[in-house]
Amino acid sequence: MLGRKARRAARHVIDMSRGRQLVSGDQIEEFWALRDVAFDVRRGEVVGVIGRNGAGKSTLLKILSRITEPTTGRAVIRGRVASLLEVGTGFHPELTGRENIFLNGAILGLSRAEIRGRFDEIVDFAEIERFLDTPVKRYSSGMYVRLAFAVAAHLNPEILIIDEVLAVGDVAFQKKCLGKMQDVADEGRTVLFVSHNLPSVVALTSRAILLVEGRLNAEGLSRDIVGQFLKMTHQPATAGGDPAAYRRPHRNEGHADIAGVRVCGAPFGAGTAAFGEDIVIEVDLDLKRRVEEGIVNINVFNEQLEAITTLASGDSGFAFTGGPGRRTVRCNAGPLPLIPGEYRLTVGAAQKGGGLAWDVLETMPGFRIDGHENAAWMNWPRRPGLVLFDQCRWSES
Amino acid sequence: MKEVVIEAGRTERNYWRDLWRYRELFQVLAWRDFAVRYRQTAVGVAWAVLRPVLTVSILTVIFHRVAGLASVGDAPYALMVLAGMLPWMFFSTAMSDAASSLVSNTSLVSKIYFPRMIVPTATVIVSIVDLLIGLVILAVLMVAYRYAPDWRILTLPALVLMAFLAALGPGLWITAVNVRYRDFRYVTPFIVQFGLYISPVGFAFDNIPESWRLLYSINPMVGVINGFRWAVLGGEAPLYPQSLIISAVMIAALLWVGVWQFRKLERSFADVI
Repeated sequence: MLGRKARRAARHVIDMSRGRQLVSGDQIEEFWALRDVAFDVRRGEVVGVIGRNGAGKSTLLKILSRITEPTTGRAVIRGRVASLLEVGTGFHPELTGRENIFLNGAILGLSRAEIRGRFDEIVDFAEIERFLDTPVKRYSSGMYVRLAFAVAAHLNPEILIIDEVLAVGDVAFQKKCLGKMQDVADEGRTVLFVSHNLPSVVALTSRAILLVEGRLNAEGLSRDIVGQFLKMTHQPATAGGDPAAYRRPHRNEGHADIAGVRVCGAPFGAGTAAFGEDIVIEVDLDLKRRVEEGIVNINVFNEQLEAITTLASGDSGFAFTGGPGRRTVRCNAGPLPLIPGEYRLTVGAAQKGGGLAWDVLETMPGFRIDGHENAAWMNWPRRPGLVLFDQCRWSES
Repeated sequence: MKEVVIEAGRTERNYWRDLWRYRELFQVLAWRDFAVRYRQTAVGVAWAVLRPVLTVSILTVIFHRVAGLASVGDAPYALMVLAGMLPWMFFSTAMSDAASSLVSNTSLVSKIYFPRMIVPTATVIVSIVDLLIGLVILAVLMVAYRYAPDWRILTLPALVLMAFLAALGPGLWITAVNVRYRDFRYVTPFIVQFGLYISPVGFAFDNIPESWRLLYSINPMVGVINGFRWAVLGGEAPLYPQSLIISAVMIAALLWVGVWQFRKLERSFADVI
C-alpha cells in the first residue's frame, strides 16, 4: 500500500519535471478552439472578426501571429505582419518612455534604425514629450496607453492584426486610434480587426467574419454580419431585459452605475415613438459616491450599428453633481428625423473633461420609430439614407 | 514579398534559423534586463561590488579562521575564495534568473511570437556583467596582495563559457517546466543554497578526501571552480583534469536535457503560461 503510494508520488515528480500534465483518472478533455475555418483576405482589405467570448477569435489571431501553432491546418500569409494583441506588450515599468519606445519597437519587429527614423512622429502622436525621460510606471494609465498605441501605430506593416486594443483609453484617444486605423486601411494595407465594439467594426471594416463555437458561421459585408450576430446574441430590440448584459467591462468603477434606461416612458427596448414625436430618454443613475460634474452621452445606432448621432449632455451645458443615491437624467431630444425602424443606444456616464468612463452600456436595444400613415416611403425598403426630412418643400418654376 | 506559412511542425523545422533572425530582439532584451538591474537602488552598481566582498569576508572568516582550513599553496585565503566564488555567484544568479525568466515575461510569451529560447539566454548573458565587475575586484585584490597571474589567466574566457553553459542547461529546463508547474520556483533557491555548500567555494578542493573526489565532480561547478582557481592563482591550485572532464560531461548532458525539454514544451508555453 505504502509502496504503491510512493511509486505514484515518484511518477508525479518525474512527470512534473518533464512538464507533463498530471493526470489522475481521465481528466483531460479534448476541445477544438477552432475547426473548419477557411477564408481569404485580399490585399488592402479591412476585415473584422466577431463572435461571442470563447468563439475562437483570440485563438485565430494567436495562430495567425504564430504565438501558438495549430494542431492541424494551414495558413499562408504574404507580407510583413505586425500583430497587436495587447497595447504595451513588453513595456517595462522601470524604463523611461524613450527607452520603452525602443524596447517595444524591437519586440514588435522594428529595427533600431527604423525606430530612430519614426521616433519624433511616435512622440508627437502619443503627446508625451515632457515625460520622455520619466519611468513609465509614473505615467497615468492614459499616457501609458497612448505611448503604447503610438508605437504600434507606426509599425507600418503590410498586414496589421489587431485585438481589442481600442477598449482602453479615453474617448478622444479612442477616436484618434480609430482615425489612425482608418489611415492604415486607406493606405491599402490589410487589416484584420477583432473587436467586441461592434460599431467600430461596422465603421472601420468592409467585410467581416462571424465565428460561432470555433467554426466559421458567416462571412460577408460587415453591416450584414454584425446585424446577423446581434440577432443571434442579443434579445430582439423590443424585448427589454437586463441592462447589465450590455455593460462595458473596462470602466472606471465605483462612481456611477447606469441602473436603467427608459425611452418614452417604456423600459429599454420597448419604447416606441411615431415619426415626428419627441424622443425622451431617461437614464437612471446609481451614484456610488458624491460626484462633481458628471455628463451623459448617448450614441444612437441603426440596426446595422451605423452611428447616426450622439446626444451629449455637455452640448447644452448640462452636468449633474451630487450623490450618493439615485438620480435620473432626462434627455428630450425632440423629434429626431430618423427613418422608421429599430434603433440601438450606447449610453455612457463620465466625468466632464475626459478620462475613463464611469459606466457604459453598449449597443443596447433602444427604441422603435413607427412611420405615419399614407407615407409613400414606407413601401420603399431600400431607400438609402439614415435620416428622413419630411419637411422639405418641393416646388417648380 | 515575404511569405509565411503556418502549419503544425513548421516552427520546429526553422528553429535555429529563426533564432538567428531574432538576434536583434535578443540584444534588446539583454539590454533591458541590464538597464533595469540596478534601477531605483540607492547605491546602484555598488551592489555588484558589495555582494562578493561581503561574502568573501564571511567565508574567509568561517572556513579559514574558525574552521582552520588552509589555502592552496601560498595563495592568500581570501584570494582563493574569491576566485572560486566569482564563477559560483555567476552560476547561481544566472541560473535562478533564467529559471524565472519565462514566467516573469508572461505578457511577451502570450502576446508575441519569437523563439522562446531568447528570453532565458538573454538573462544569462546579463549576469556576465556582474561577473566582469567581480573580476575587477579580483584584480584589485591581486594588486593589494601583490599576486601576479601567469599565462594561465588567458584560459579564463573558456572557463566563463563553461560556467555560462552550466547555468544555461538547468536554467532552460527549470524555466520550461516552471511554465506549467510553478513548484519549480522553489527548487532554484534550494539548488543555490545547497550548492554553495557542496561546491568548493569557501574551501579548497584538497579538503575533499581522495576517494570522494570523482563522485564529487559530478557537480558541474566543481570543474569550473577548480579551473578558475588554477587560472587565477597561477598554478598554486592544481587543475585536476579528471574532475574537469567529468564536470564538462555533466554540463554537456544537462545542457542537452535542458534544450531538449525546452523545445519539447515550447509549443505549449503560450497556452499554459
